[in-house]
Amino acid sequence: MIFVTVGHELHFDRLINAVDDWSLASGYSDIFGQVAELGETGYKPQNFNWSSFLNPEEFQTRFKEADLIVAHAGMGTIITALTLKKPLVIFPRKGALQETRNDHQIATAEQFSRREGIYYAKDETELGLVIGELIAKPPAQMNDIVSEFAEPRLISTIQSFIFEENMRKGTE
Amino acid sequence: MKKKRVLAIASAGGHWVQLQRMRIAWDGCDTVYMTTKEEYREGLMQDAAARGQPAPRFYRVVAANRWQKFRLVRQLVEITLVLLRERPDVIVSTGAAAGFFALKFGKIFGARTIWVDSIANAETMSLSGQKARSCADLWLTQWEHLSESEAGNITRPDFKGSVV
Repeated sequence: MIFVTVGHELHFDRLINAVDDWSLASGYSDIFGQVAELGETGYKPQNFNWSSFLNPEEFQTRFKEADLIVAHAGMGTIITALTLKKPLVIFPRKGALQETRNDHQIATAEQFSRREGIYYAKDETELGLVIGELIAKPPAQMNDIVSEFAEPRLISTIQSFIFEENMRKGTE
Repeated sequence: MKKKRVLAIASAGGHWVQLQRMRIAWDGCDTVYMTTKEEYREGLMQDAAARGQPAPRFYRVVAANRWQKFRLVRQLVEITLVLLRERPDVIVSTGAAAGFFALKFGKIFGARTIWVDSIANAETMSLSGQKARSCADLWLTQWEHLSESEAGNITRPDFKGSVV
């Protein structure tokens, strides 16, 4: 199963349309999309099931059931994919197309695509190719162990800042 | 010695997810959370109970983005009231506008402040992160390349690891 998610803030027609086209062309329809509020003009998928929103439990369930995640470059999704060790294809929103406020999602996609299990599709054509390849040849189980918490160095930096006035021995 | 009172604040969504990943850093403190979504309350209480931490206090403030001026003003007022009531020793935020307001005014009320810029900003510090520079005692990026100094006198954020 492929789980497609665009976050809860804004619909993302270019992504949903591209996945819909790929689904039709490939004949693969075991797809579920979380597409956000579509209003009058938003693109409604024709070839797979979808809903506008999912509550946190439904989101987790869809995520866990999926073999592959396809998403915008939202941090909630990226972190969840890393934590649950799910392969993720990122299709970033573009500032120039008013899909978000600027091109920060492109930078996020570029940086995170260096990590194991994260793939970056620059445009609609590439997206179809990447999804097709990952469905045909599913990647091996990821080794990159991602903790539930931030990196120890960040945790200890914040801890020592918080407790810095009472770090002397004998105080608590 | 009196427990440190920590206010952890972030807007809903990715900012909140990132803030939560740091939460063990303030275990043992008197913890106050503030965010823009009421639905997070229950998860926080369950997590605290599961990890043997005292129940934190939770405040929801109105959501606002940079174009919603009236909501921003309302958010600022709500945050200020919580700051006055709680008087945190330390404030930590991952953004966005709500976090900046809390740091800015919390600092005036004597809190020490931490800004951890969202990992979604791999090219420059976020807008709220740039504004937070003047009121963050600890001003962090999650991308090492953003902390490296360039020519010129621009102050660069520190890099001390990331939330993931």
